[in-house]
Amino acid sequence: MISRHKALLHPAAKPILFTACLLPFAWLFYGALTNQLGANPAEALIRATGEWTLRFICIVLLLTPLRTISHTPALARFRRMLGLFVYFYVVLHLLSYSWFDMGFDLTEIVKDIIKRPFILVGFLAFLLLTPLAATSFNAAIKALGARRWQLLHKLVYVISGLGLLHFFWMRAGKNDFAEVFVYAAIIALLMSWRAGQFLIKKKAEAQQIRARAAT
Amino acid sequence: MLIKTDANGFNHPTSSEITPVSDYQSRRDLMRLMATGAAGAALATWASREAMAQTVAKPGKLAALAGGKSSVAGAMTMEKITDYKDVTTYNNFYEFGTDKADPAKNAHTLVTRPWNVAIEGLVKQPRSYTIEDLIKLSAQEERIYRLRCVEGWSMVIPWVGYSMSELIKKVEPLGSAKYVEFHTLADPKTMPGLGSRVLEWPYVEALRMDEAMHPLALLGFGMFGEIMPNQLGAPVRMVVPWKYGFKSGKSIVKIRFTDKEPKTAWNKAAANEYGFYSNVNPDVDHPRWSQATERRIGEDGLFAKKRKTLMFNGYGAQVGQLYAGMDLKKNF
Repeated sequence: MISRHKALLHPAAKPILFTACLLPFAWLFYGALTNQLGANPAEALIRATGEWTLRFICIVLLLTPLRTISHTPALARFRRMLGLFVYFYVVLHLLSYSWFDMGFDLTEIVKDIIKRPFILVGFLAFLLLTPLAATSFNAAIKALGARRWQLLHKLVYVISGLGLLHFFWMRAGKNDFAEVFVYAAIIALLMSWRAGQFLIKKKAEAQQIRARAAT
Repeated sequence: MLIKTDANGFNHPTSSEITPVSDYQSRRDLMRLMATGAAGAALATWASREAMAQTVAKPGKLAALAGGKSSVAGAMTMEKITDYKDVTTYNNFYEFGTDKADPAKNAHTLVTRPWNVAIEGLVKQPRSYTIEDLIKLSAQEERIYRLRCVEGWSMVIPWVGYSMSELIKKVEPLGSAKYVEFHTLADPKTMPGLGSRVLEWPYVEALRMDEAMHPLALLGFGMFGEIMPNQLGAPVRMVVPWKYGFKSGKSIVKIRFTDKEPKTAWNKAAANEYGFYSNVNPDVDHPRWSQATERRIGEDGLFAKKRKTLMFNGYGAQVGQLYAGMDLKKNF
């Protein structure tokens, strides 16, 4: 057990994780340069960056349950970095769409976002992620106060829902929900663990109050 | 003195010194032909020379299937043909999986011999054709068509086949027949995609009779001078170039004539998104994306702006009259 904690606290742990998180981007970048992304590289890039955003959302949501269940507080060190990678990939996703699909035609992009609910939902998720990324540094936590900061960052639950809806709607066109359900199941599982924790906490609080009242 | 001034400028050669006599003579002949109206016949050979420039290289993967020159109007686009590799590794054939790389990976299981196509419904001659008989039913032609997928990408593909109308004439539909259905094979043993309930199987597509009778509506048996690759709908499929790709049923086992507008696969799955007609139309958007533009596979690079989609995929001159008086926004 100690060795696991040691490994997680090792100074190299963060750089290693950072590099690992960059690998999908590195592959996509290399694939685009060397024309290895198949017949429709634009589509491949837009899809891959979107999928990696969803995957990082799942990883971020997994962190707290994993930390609690496995009694590995050291995992908390990686929360910020992983959260910022969600933002990194969502920015790439938006950029790929704006560039490769819309040719940076701003009026067309605005029209597209307003006209199509699934893009609107995706864009909304991006907008909501922005303040989270913007308040990821220590000074921001201090300035906001831990309580308010935490409340703000609970937005990630809403964002994961919007991300799922965006993906679901996109796939609805092809009636192809297999992958959507995989992500939905993972996120539902992680959220229900949180709901369980919340109920346990409430129950414990209620018991405390009763115990106090009895004395 | 070689000093040049504004007055003399360059010493130009006369144009006849640059252009050989034979060349400008032949141009004058051409002009004379045009003027006398005799150009029709002469220009036909000139145009066919242009068409020859678009020679289709056989990829050497499958058995050859030669197609003669097609005289059908609009059947030979001059646009750059999409790479065989892209055509055969990027397409939709849900019976083999929903990813566009799946058909190429999975369709090797498809058994295309023996193969029979049943002709049913409102016809004088209901019967079953073996694929061998069907191939020989009419002269095979090469047709270079644009293909526009409803997803917003396009290709240029040299098909081999003959007009569907040839078969229809042979089987003699009854006067009451208004539509033709095309049923794709649905064999769970060889088609792993049938396990999913994405669509109702078998995949059924259909055309109005006049659409099916249009000479551009092709019954396709091959591409690139060879027989049809499995993943593209071997051994026989429809190719309807002015409609979105999904309207062209693949691996056809049944052709049925009917008097009612058939319930087609994608229409059943999402009627608000995929209409019965599904003509390529830049003015009618898919609910989730614009149909105004498209990306030509292998040509429009990552940073290139997408090209404008043309009404009826550019076949308006040939097929527009089929829809005269129809509200194409309603009948999308």
